[in-house]
Amino acid sequence: MNKDLAKKLAPGHSACAGCAFPSIVRTILGEATTPVVISNATGCLEVTSTIYPYTAWNVPYIHSAFENAAATISGVERAYLAARKKGKIKKKIKFVVFGGDGGTYDIGLQALSGALERGHNFLYIVYDNGGYMNTGNQRSSATPYGAGTETTPIGEESSGKVELRKNLMGIVAAHNISYVAQANIANMADLKMKAKKALAVDGPSFLTVFSPCTNNWKFPTSQYVAIAKLATETNFWPLYEIENGKYKLNWEPKMPKPVADFLKTQGRFKHLFSEKNKPVLAQVQKIVNEEFARIAGLCEI
Amino acid sequence: MSNSKNNNKLALTGGYAAAYALRQIEPDVMPIYPITPQTPIIETYAKFVADGEVETEMIEVESEHSAMSAAVGASAAGARTVTATSSQGLAYMHEVLYIASGMRLPILMVVAARALSAPINIHGDHSDVMGSRDSGWVQIFCENPQEVYDKTIIGMRLAEKIKLPVMIIMDGFNTSHSVENLEILDAKTVKKFIGEYNPEHSLLDIENPVTYGPLALQDSYFEFKIDQEEAMGKASGEYMKITKEYEKISGRKYSLFEEYQSEDAEKVLVLIGSAAGTAKDAIDDLRKKSENAGLIKIELFRPFPFLEIAGALKNAKEIMVMDRAQSIGSYPPLFSEISVSLRNVHEARISSMVYGLGGRDVFKKQIERILEGKFKEKYLT
Repeated sequence: MNKDLAKKLAPGHSACAGCAFPSIVRTILGEATTPVVISNATGCLEVTSTIYPYTAWNVPYIHSAFENAAATISGVERAYLAARKKGKIKKKIKFVVFGGDGGTYDIGLQALSGALERGHNFLYIVYDNGGYMNTGNQRSSATPYGAGTETTPIGEESSGKVELRKNLMGIVAAHNISYVAQANIANMADLKMKAKKALAVDGPSFLTVFSPCTNNWKFPTSQYVAIAKLATETNFWPLYEIENGKYKLNWEPKMPKPVADFLKTQGRFKHLFSEKNKPVLAQVQKIVNEEFARIAGLCEI
Repeated sequence: MSNSKNNNKLALTGGYAAAYALRQIEPDVMPIYPITPQTPIIETYAKFVADGEVETEMIEVESEHSAMSAAVGASAAGARTVTATSSQGLAYMHEVLYIASGMRLPILMVVAARALSAPINIHGDHSDVMGSRDSGWVQIFCENPQEVYDKTIIGMRLAEKIKLPVMIIMDGFNTSHSVENLEILDAKTVKKFIGEYNPEHSLLDIENPVTYGPLALQDSYFEFKIDQEEAMGKASGEYMKITKEYEKISGRKYSLFEEYQSEDAEKVLVLIGSAAGTAKDAIDDLRKKSENAGLIKIELFRPFPFLEIAGALKNAKEIMVMDRAQSIGSYPPLFSEISVSLRNVHEARISSMVYGLGGRDVFKKQIERILEGKFKEKYLT
């Protein structure tokens, strides 16, 4: 264990072996040059890091509810401004939110939108594992097309989720905030670069980080980085930034691998490899191609 | 009533009286979201901020859910925190009310109480605040703008003393929009009475990091809830101490409830809020006709003063409880509290009546008929 990395989120939390978010949290907070205060939406990260009477957080931390992490940090940030005005505090503090995709794409979207619009000085990070994993793998609006979940189960009449992922990056960017980026735990240098940029913004910034879930994507605990790497190599999870409205691809595979290489590593997509689901698998590839082309197209503008 | 030379008389609505008290309190943070009939409070306060009269950080949030969430964040970060709401807004906050009290955050909220949908109705009743009666907030009711002004100041002090959130409740429109003469204190006196707020813990204390809102399982959750009940149990004693101190600076006396001609009364009306004014008039008239009637006006609804109420009603032969809210499928809330207060104490006949839902007016003649025993329906429509 690198002791520096564990300064803010200590070891001893109860996240699953092979879960991505402890590395995500530590990598991002490792780039902070000022003290941080954390607001965390209800979810796996909160549940596994704060079991009373223990806490894994060595920085000030608040968890309030599922949908209000962004609203909560709004209050913390304005309390800071009030204290600074009165001379009670002089230090610079950066305010940071962690939420899962359920708490961000779905139930927390309104609070997120409000906080972005108001321009609070905060970095919001969504660790995106494509579903409600803390409650046992239900579908969210970040769940990919074709994934089997407990609420989009595979059956005679179902080959998994039938809708596309919500374009949260576009929604967030539409608030005209200066820095929005998509990153992957398998691409550490890129993640660190983005964390550094996002933390440096004096105002709202946003990161979407790919966060494989060993339990509910159904893969061996040793594989989360390898699987995350495949997500980007297949163009399933492109690395890009939207800086002052300008899109930039940070990496593009010369020869993207077929998305099947990524899908076949996980139990949630197992059904796509049956004879019957060949058209669904083809559709997944089509969606990946189109989504990548859409993002690449925005980068050329 | 008052003999203090520093007091000024002003004609203010209940909403403006609340804003005026808040200006003197000058909270650090105030998340705001509009809803009728509370809106004049936040609009008035916003103008104070715009004119540079106060330094409060207002947060114009996008919903009441976020208003209470931001209040939780601000209060946990050590800020003196205030907000205001009504009706659907309070219902929308419901989830976060429990979080505020569970975290023991001394947030002050002014509520202009209003009916709940459906059907939609913007007028006064107590359906919204009665829906929050188990949320762990202290609930203090006001009869008129003077009480709103005074109890907003008292409430802020109480919240920070007992580390529990406090609601100051006025009747929507009846009080929030009615102009009355009231006496205000000078700003310095209020500031001194409230004092500085220096919480034990704060999210901004970087050197001493704390975790707010942990996961408490079967081994600890229960104890947290018992602690909350114990803290609430101490609230009425602290409220009495603070109101006594307030009496010294204002000349105005407040208690757990007001007893109006009730000590020797055979027939006692019990109610909450602005209807008390009308009831007092009715009682004055009845007393002239030698009817032995009185009123108890509840001021502190949470914690409910069971023992004190039992004592105050010990001589009553007939007790009529008027609720401005229902508990659909059970007895109305105030009636239930009064019934529990009187269990095993004596044999008075207690009757229940619901009035004033959705802003329906209640008239003096109606109250006289109730006290004379001529009107015994379940609803005063």
